[in-house]
Parts: sequence; C-alpha cells; structure tokens
Amino acid sequence: MSSSSATIDQTPELVSGVDKPQAANRIWVGGLVAAAAWAAAAFVTGFIPDDDDWGYSLQLAHLLAAAAVVLTLSGLFLPRLPVLYGRVRAKAAWLVVLALGLAVWELVTAKLGWLPRPFFVPPQALLEVYADEWRKLAECTYHSVLLLGSGYLLGAFAGFSVGVAVGWSRIAAYWGHPLLRFIGPLPATAWLPIAFFIFPSSWSASVFLIALATAIPVAILTWSGVSAVGSAYYDIARTLGASQRFLVLKVAVPASLPSVFVGLFMGMSASFAVLVVAEMMGVKAGLGWYLSWAQGWAAYANMYAALVVMALMCSSLVALLFRVRDHVLAWQKGLLRW
Amino acid sequence: MVNSAALKQEEALPAGMSLELSNVSHGFSLHGEVLPVLSQVSLNVQPGEFVALLGPSGCGKSTLLRLVAGLEPPTQGALIADGEAITGPDPSRVVVFQDPTLYPWRTIYDNVALGLEARGLLRTHKSRIDDALKLVGLENFHKAFPHQLSGGMAQRAALARALVNDPRLLILDEPLGKLDSLTRLTMQSEILDLWQRAGFTSLLVTHDIEEALFLATRVVVFSPRPARIVADIPVDRPYPRHRGDSYLADLRHKLLGLLGMDATW
Repeated sequence: MSSSSATIDQTPELVSGVDKPQAANRIWVGGLVAAAAWAAAAFVTGFIPDDDDWGYSLQLAHLLAAAAVVLTLSGLFLPRLPVLYGRVRAKAAWLVVLALGLAVWELVTAKLGWLPRPFFVPPQALLEVYADEWRKLAECTYHSVLLLGSGYLLGAFAGFSVGVAVGWSRIAAYWGHPLLRFIGPLPATAWLPIAFFIFPSSWSASVFLIALATAIPVAILTWSGVSAVGSAYYDIARTLGASQRFLVLKVAVPASLPSVFVGLFMGMSASFAVLVVAEMMGVKAGLGWYLSWAQGWAAYANMYAALVVMALMCSSLVALLFRVRDHVLAWQKGLLRW
Repeated sequence: MVNSAALKQEEALPAGMSLELSNVSHGFSLHGEVLPVLSQVSLNVQPGEFVALLGPSGCGKSTLLRLVAGLEPPTQGALIADGEAITGPDPSRVVVFQDPTLYPWRTIYDNVALGLEARGLLRTHKSRIDDALKLVGLENFHKAFPHQLSGGMAQRAALARALVNDPRLLILDEPLGKLDSLTRLTMQSEILDLWQRAGFTSLLVTHDIEEALFLATRVVVFSPRPARIVADIPVDRPYPRHRGDSYLADLRHKLLGLLGMDATW
C-alpha cells in the first residue's frame, strides 16, 4: 500500500508509519480484492448448478458471500483501526488465494464432477459434516486432547526427571545411559501389542505409549542440556555457598531449559503420531478412532472434516507450547531470534 | 562510580582474612601423565593486604586461586585461612573471574542475590542487594538481563554479586582482563576504593604490571609453569597512587626484568 512519507514528515511524533490523520480517507485495496475473490467463489457455488444433489450448497454460498461482505467492509473501514489493520493487511494475498482455491475445489468436484467420487468431496460436504456431527467431533476432540494431555504431561515430567538425573548423577548415568541408548531409538508404537496386553485398559496402555514417546526425546535433550552447562556456572555458585540441591535446581535446570524445550517439541510430534495410532488400533474414542471409523463406512467427507479438526488441534497445541516457551525463556529473547 | 552514601549504610564489615600457604604443589593428570602446575608455593598474607600475583600467561596463578577458593584440593601442601585448613568453597572467600559468568536467565538483581539465596539469607539480608548494586553504580539496572549490559557493567555486576556476601577474602582472577583500557583504569580505582572501605583481604591475579603496582600492597612474581615464587616485593607507596610515579616506574622496570622482558624497557 502507499505509505506517505510526507505525512510522517509533518507529524514526527508518529513513528509507527500508521498516520492517523489520513487513515480515515484510506481504503485497504488488498481487502477489496479479496472480497471480490470471495464473492466470485460465492457466485460459483450459488449460481452454477450442481453436478449431483449436494446438500448445503446454498448454505456454503451464503457463508462465502458473508465473507465477501465482511472483507468489503474491512476494505473500506479497517484502516481506521490501526492495530488490527497492521496485523491483517499483509494477509490479503492469502485471503485471495484461499477463495480462489475454494472456487476451484468447488468447480472440479460439485459442479463439473471431474474428480473421482466418493474419494473426493466438495466443500459443502464438509460443511454438512460440521453442521450435523459437530457434537460428535467435539466429543472426539475432547477425548483426544484428554488422552494426549495425560500422556504428554506424564511423559514430559518423567523424561525431564530422568534427563536431569542422568545428566547430574554418575550412578544414574551408569544405569540410565545404556538403557536410553538401547530403548531410545525404538519407536513407541513398537510397544503397542505388549502395552495393550499388559495394561488393564486400552486407555491406560495408550497413556503409557504417548508418555513413552514424549519422555525419550525430553530425557535425551534434558540430559544433553544438563551436561552442557559450563563448569564456571557451578564454580560461581559453589564459592557463594550453594548446596548440591541448589546446584541442580537453580543452576543445572534453568541453564538446560532451552535444550529441554527442544525435547518438548520433539516429544510433542512423537506424541501426535502415537495418539493417532493408538486411537486407530484400540481406543474407542477420539479423532483417530473417528478417522478409521469414517473410513470403514466410506464416509470420506467425515474423514476430511476430522482431518481438518485434527490439524487444528495439533497446530493449536504446538502454538500453546511456543507460548509457554516464549514466557519461560523470555530471557533468551536478546540472545536468540525466532 | 562507587557511591559513598551507599557504603555508609552498610554495616561494619569484618576485617580481612589471613592466609597461609605452605609448600603447595599441584598438578593435573593429562593422558595418564601428571602435568605439574604449582611447585612448592609458600605464601603468608596478612589480614587486609592486597596481594597481586604476577606471572607469565598460563603459569598456574589461576590454579592457585582455585585452590584458595576451595574449588579443588591441592596435590600437596596445606592452605590455611584464619587458622583453619581450606577444605572446600566458602562464602567468606569469594571469586570474581575473568568472565563475569552472570546467569543469563536471571536479572541483574537476581544474579546479585545469588549468594544470599544459596545460603537462605534472602529474607533477612535483602537490603544488602540494593546496597551492593548501588556500590557498583548499577542501581538502575535491577531488571536488566546480563546480555543487555556492556562488558564493564557486567563485571561490575559480578563484583556486586561477590560483595553482597560480605567476603573476608576477595579473590580476583584477572577480573579486568577482557575490558577496554579506559574501563579498566576506571574499575581499578573502583576496586581500590571498595577494598579500602571494606577492609577485606584481596588476592589479585593479573599479568598487567601497571595494574599490580597501582592496586597492590605487595606483588608476588611467579615463574613460568610449574609456577614457583620468584620474588615477593612490597609496594610501599600510599594511596591514591599515580601511574606516573617514578618509584612505581622503577618497580615496573624491576618486575619486567624478573619476568624476562628487560629488553623492552
């Protein structure tokens, strides 16, 4: 968009580049282009006749039209809200491509029927699933998050404790190191048959597997973090009268936290994989179960819908972990950039 | 930079520590062989003295400081502080290293609080932290993180972290070695000021002859590794000293000779 250097010269106190005096007259061109794209998608959906009898075509067209209206209003008035505008304005290209992608998807499935059915479904089929099955999907998401959360937190705690112990104590290293090296590379899913046999329920077996998948990278990265702490840090604390306990909790642990978080991220990816497998193989709830159940009924729209929910769940959890890290490792901001 | 008002609030500091090293030898085992680092070092330090240990780089002076700090036991000989054998680190003997080694995850305030926290004195002696920060001129940097400080400021924070414990022996391991020359000169005066007011004993390792002569009441010269004491020279000159003083210049000449650098005079 046009940034007006003249305005900034006149009002040097506005350093941000968002010049308030002019903002009232300005419009967000990118937003209007995006609005046109969404309107086009709405037109394609609403006015081109369907190839087959699809429910929810009209509802989808209404939704797309509503998006076009919101974007039109944004294009006209959003520059008056500088904070929000600053965040959204760069997303215009994404909004345009998203609408065009939806329109093409709509064309090649519902309108022209070029893609083989029933494997490929139009967007309104997903909409239909969300409208009819949102209760069930929410329930499945709840079960998945509960299972994943229990296993992940347990595994993160166990892995962290083992990592600190192995990194700190010679005895723990003597016994722990070979075990970690031997068991560590084995994918947690390899334990699945044994776990389902040993544990009283498939739920507890799955918690164990998710915990195991999480714990191993966390343990290894915590261990390497603790053993990488410079001896100078310990010397300082020792000359100031620190006890062993203080050296572990107040020196080794905080110094190794950046590495611990790398382990937590790796553990999270591993836990997702185990969650889906566990739910597909044994647990009778959750999004993984829903996926395999939908596949069994050849309900492909439900599969895609669940996949989207699952992607949202996973990316939200990763985003949450990022927030936690940014908070805990705020002191690193000046050292590292991300 | 040293704030004199802050010091008046300080409670009366205890006098310095006496130190007695007799026949201290030390070595490191390297690939199965013993590498001698210190050889038969005997040294007596009176309470309140400022002793500079001067010697070529890598001769083993810093190892001697680690032994005095109690971070390592000597291979041979005895180290006695105030009549008691040194068996381990103690907060009455605090080290300031060449690198400030502040904990990057702690604010300056929390770094300075480290010693009190480690000894469980945080609640009762909290005011000492502010005093120490004022003493080194960092009272406005409580919430700063170490990476936000310049080299000189970080070393001042390290000094405050040592002083907050009320040390009776301050062990300085080339504390100004990595600073630019102007900051170095400023901080030499600050350290001198702190020592004169607080009355602790000071043990300074340096390879800067001028620094040793500007600060110390006594300069002990070491040979190359394994370090032995070659000379023990009192610097009988009142403070504040002047760098251009002809007496100090003569001593400097003498010390250069002892270090084998006579030709550069």
